[in-house]
Amino acid sequence: MESTSEALFGVSEERLSKMRRYRKLKDQAAAHAISVGGMSVIFAICLIFFYLLYEVLPLFIPADMEERTTLTSYQLDDPWFTVLEEQGQVALSVDRNRGPIFFSAVSGEEISNPELPVTTAITAFAKDAPGLKTYALGLADGSVLIQKPSYSIEYGATTQDKTVVPDIIYPLGSEPIQMLDGEPIAKLAFRASDDLVRIIVANAAGELFMKDYTKTESFLSDEVELEELDRVQLPSVSGTLVNLLLSADQRWLFLVENGGKVEVLDLRNPVAEMRVDITNVSSADVEITASDFLLGGYSLLLGDSNGVISQWFLTYDESNKPYLAKVRSLTLTEGVPVTTLQTEHRRKGFIAGDAEGNVGLFNTTAEREVRDEKIAGSAIQWIAMSPRGDSVLFKATDGAPLNFHLENEHPEVSWHSMWNKVWYERYSEPTFTWQSSSASNDFEPKFSLMPLTFGTMKAAFYAMVVAIPLAICGAIYTAYFMAPGLRTKVKPTIELMEAMPTVILGFLAGLWLAPLVEAHLAGVTSILILTPLFCLLTAFLWSRLPRELSSRVPDGYVPVILIPVVVFAGALSMWLSDPIELAFFDGSMRYWLSNEMGIDFDQRNSLVVGLAMGFAVIPTIFSITEDAIFAVPKGLTQGSLALGATPWQTLVRVVLPTASPGIFSALMIGLGRAVGETMIVLMATGNTPIMDMNIFEGLRTLSANIAVEMPEAEVDSTHFRILFLSGLVLFIFTFLVNTTAEVVRQRLREKYGSL
Amino acid sequence: MNSVKQWFRKGDPWVWLNGGAVAISMVMVIGLLLLVGYRGLSHFWPHTIIQGTYTDADNQPYTVIGEISDEEWVAASRVRDSGKDIPDDVKVVKRMLIKTGNRDVTGLDFRWLVADNLTDVTEPEDVMMVERREWGNFYGYLVAMKENGQVVASGDAALAELEKRLERALDLFDQIHDIETKQIGAINYQVERLRLKEKRLDLEGNLTPAAKEELAQDRAILDQEYAVLKAELDALNVEIGRDSMVARTMNDVEKEIPLKLVVQYKQPNKMGFFTKVADYFHQLWLFLSDDPREANTEGGVFPAIFGTVMMVILMSVIVTPFGVVAAVYLREYAKQGPLTRTIRVAVNNLAGVPSIVYGVFGLGFFVYFLGGSLDALFYPEAAPSPVFGTPGLMWASITLALLTLPVVIVATEEGLTRIPKSLREGSLALGATKLETITKVILPMSSPAMMTGLILAIARAAGEVAPLMLVGVVKLAPTLPLDGNFPYLHLERKFMHLGFHIYDVGFQSPNVEAARPLVYATAALLVVVIVVLNLTAIMIRNRLREKYRALET
Repeated sequence: MESTSEALFGVSEERLSKMRRYRKLKDQAAAHAISVGGMSVIFAICLIFFYLLYEVLPLFIPADMEERTTLTSYQLDDPWFTVLEEQGQVALSVDRNRGPIFFSAVSGEEISNPELPVTTAITAFAKDAPGLKTYALGLADGSVLIQKPSYSIEYGATTQDKTVVPDIIYPLGSEPIQMLDGEPIAKLAFRASDDLVRIIVANAAGELFMKDYTKTESFLSDEVELEELDRVQLPSVSGTLVNLLLSADQRWLFLVENGGKVEVLDLRNPVAEMRVDITNVSSADVEITASDFLLGGYSLLLGDSNGVISQWFLTYDESNKPYLAKVRSLTLTEGVPVTTLQTEHRRKGFIAGDAEGNVGLFNTTAEREVRDEKIAGSAIQWIAMSPRGDSVLFKATDGAPLNFHLENEHPEVSWHSMWNKVWYERYSEPTFTWQSSSASNDFEPKFSLMPLTFGTMKAAFYAMVVAIPLAICGAIYTAYFMAPGLRTKVKPTIELMEAMPTVILGFLAGLWLAPLVEAHLAGVTSILILTPLFCLLTAFLWSRLPRELSSRVPDGYVPVILIPVVVFAGALSMWLSDPIELAFFDGSMRYWLSNEMGIDFDQRNSLVVGLAMGFAVIPTIFSITEDAIFAVPKGLTQGSLALGATPWQTLVRVVLPTASPGIFSALMIGLGRAVGETMIVLMATGNTPIMDMNIFEGLRTLSANIAVEMPEAEVDSTHFRILFLSGLVLFIFTFLVNTTAEVVRQRLREKYGSL
Repeated sequence: MNSVKQWFRKGDPWVWLNGGAVAISMVMVIGLLLLVGYRGLSHFWPHTIIQGTYTDADNQPYTVIGEISDEEWVAASRVRDSGKDIPDDVKVVKRMLIKTGNRDVTGLDFRWLVADNLTDVTEPEDVMMVERREWGNFYGYLVAMKENGQVVASGDAALAELEKRLERALDLFDQIHDIETKQIGAINYQVERLRLKEKRLDLEGNLTPAAKEELAQDRAILDQEYAVLKAELDALNVEIGRDSMVARTMNDVEKEIPLKLVVQYKQPNKMGFFTKVADYFHQLWLFLSDDPREANTEGGVFPAIFGTVMMVILMSVIVTPFGVVAAVYLREYAKQGPLTRTIRVAVNNLAGVPSIVYGVFGLGFFVYFLGGSLDALFYPEAAPSPVFGTPGLMWASITLALLTLPVVIVATEEGLTRIPKSLREGSLALGATKLETITKVILPMSSPAMMTGLILAIARAAGEVAPLMLVGVVKLAPTLPLDGNFPYLHLERKFMHLGFHIYDVGFQSPNVEAARPLVYATAALLVVVIVVLNLTAIMIRNRLREKYRALET
């Protein structure tokens, strides 16, 4: 043996077997490596799915609350108001007797108690608009003092070592503003805008007085000069006044009264006509126990003795009369009175506490309770929040305040707010709206995915309307009737369409087709009618032709005959366009549509998208359908023809039913492509997120929305994650569609295999 | 009548309608190719400049000089609405879009004119088009040439002088451009590297006085080099500002144009056919080889071509091994069963997932997740500005590799399927292992199929825009991703792309009318590239099929 291997290969058997072992090892290693490589496809698709999911999930995770410390050194009893500063280290309480007191938000130890410039007792308190730090104190002598906390940071040895140093400043001067003559102020409301300060006070008798000051800032120093305007006596309160709330635009005054009643005064009207609405906001036996504005100073939040917090704002009825509308209500604990409300400084959210020690985090836009927890055994007395919304202090009647850390990143979305109608501030009714950003700080983001989903479906629908007849009819002819020689030319040409970059189709649609359709609307419409008509006419004339003539063109060359006909029909339609528009539509069908018919017309509209995207989808559907029809076993068709059926009958009764799963999967894949297509819709529509089936109006799809907004979205913000969610929605949709199509196709392949 | 009924019953009309669908599709494809080709390629042809007198009802007649860039027939009522005076018996009027240029003199460079009101149209021989680096084209007559503000030639002599002096100015311009971008660019790059090096040493705690000294020395050398270049540049700038031309516009304003702003001048009405052909190819070359100007609405598309090619090459390097391995697994190793079926579903899904989803995934996973981690690990000195944690060439290539993976898999697998079983069996019978059979017999034989897959992938990647918008393409990249500065290939840089260029110039540009010809030209270029790539792929595939058919018999 040994000699054979020596003789044959010139190496010893030992080395040969070593080599064999090495080769075997290499073979096995490669087999494993290649298997891993093959699996990597599954890995890739899973990675995409799970990564998208990973980015989206935080949207739906409830907020997290974690107790950090108890402020054991805190001594104050029932202050007017407490708030935390930006860093969450120092808190300010406005005490009923001692005025502003700064204390540590960790231990409760008092830091400082800035002296008031007056010694009069404090009888009322009011905050400026939510998110602003200024507040006003009403004094026993009828004057008002306006203060603002100010914080500076002092650094120690390292940048980590910093202390917050609090102080009180007087943004409108430290001189108290006299509002009532010698009577104590019972209730107080005030707003300071850039140029106007408006103060409204109520005395014990329920009489209301308003005073305005124009504010001018001196150029040289930061000093502010106030110029007093007239004092006005407002209509008196009809019931017992509980709270006085002035809207951020200083126009509307809301009087919250006993018995669940809210009066609305329009301060722009003359005094006699000021009272515009009196609303019963709850049933008679339910009292309003807490009231405040939501961020923006537009919506009222009213907490009642039943544990319900409702949001109200002014809107106009049909006769353009303002009325207070109940927008939504949220429940903390059924039947337990709400004791306090604290609105967030930078979001449309709030925290509420009730008489049994429960607290709840809410967001109004999302109509969502993000988190609730029982933190004490007694009623919650007050809640203070840092502007960032990450630190909160809770004080129950028994026990010291508790410092909580809040993890509440994405309260402003919920399943409900993404897919249902939401009543947004300043809207007259609930709507589906997508408006993700704006210049203003107290903007309410509107994240409804409905208009985008609707736009996606609308674009896909019109595209399929264009593509399905052309692609399927074309595929039927190419696979079943066409001469083989011609087929080898036609099929690659149409498949070349598939490779056409969509950016080019979109660019042509937006810059060439859209103006063309706008200028020749009548022509485009007549193409749709004339082309099939001309094809039929040609067919009929062809069948009348003498045999010698018609047989010169072999069977299966119909498209070649029809190409000039189609071109002629198109040219004729375009040529007829102007005369038709002149004769029937006063020269322009586009203006006729919008002026006479009242149909809105955008230049970049769904018709253009349908045509362009239909063009992009045709080759996909065509190619798969053609394959499916061509793969129908010849035995079946020949059998049918032999039994005397005409080719058309064979096609309709035998070929199409057999190929129908293939055609179905072609349609599915085509739909998937139409739904996910980005560039065409981006360029051929105006990208307006509206919900209207009108073919002459634009739309915005999920995919185009991602392309437009993703580059501007702040990383890891709610907006960013919602864009990921739209990506995930697209992914899942196309995944379902493609998987169905592929499974159907695999079945079909097995079936044909057996035939 | 009966015969019509008969005709319908036989089903012939329906067959013809189906044929009609094919005809319509063909007309659409060919029409689209012709439209893009015609509009794109005709842009480079020297256009005749016309001169005429335009009379509007409310205006004094004035002279118009310009190129006709579009014509259309519109209903007279629409023109009347826009305030033009059209006689009542006229139903439709012809409107012409005239490119009159001279944006700096007249404010607008395109105007729609009613053709009937344009009279005395002539094509004067000596009217001139001057392409400028600012303010777009100039149309008018050459009056004189100036040197340092002094007239050196006027009348007929001016033209020869312009020719001579423009050549000198262009030469100087090239020198300045070279110094500004290449040499000073290189110095800036090195200064930035020194800054990062210093920061890195500081972070590592190795910033010793010796190291500081060394850095300072390096910096001093660079500063010195910079000073030399700066002096050279200043001298050149004085030189190039020497000459200017004086030209008369259509409203008889005499305008002085410094030659440093002139790209080229033309008198197209004087040109013969062959001069025009030569000019055509010259313009085409400029388009392919020049940098864009004026917010991408003029000049060439060279950086976009370069960026596209770079991205496609990188993508090919990544996608080919993965695609081939996956295809080999599916065809040669996997047992046909639920697993392979799952993989096929996965492949089809990869092919069907909308491209924008790849963009979103690439941005989140590659750019922010992987790129952010890379930055934290290897480039702490660059913080807070990201290196790989921002969209760039590498992430774009990887994202597109993922996107085109199914294309390569499907094409390669098709090639593998067509290799006759006998070849495999022969190789195995001779004692080769499976791996040897695959690497020595199967893969070489199916290389054209892989080629096909790769070409199709390249065609797909060259035309894809939506994901690239998120992972690395920009409208104007200051530097190419490949240059003479170490490490030569800058994977983290952003780049330009032909497809995105079309979107950007066509839809985001301030002057769409002026940019339109260029967009068509870019689109034509892209279409040509993609059609050629696809036809090549189809040709290779067909050849391969023929070859195997021969093998099987």
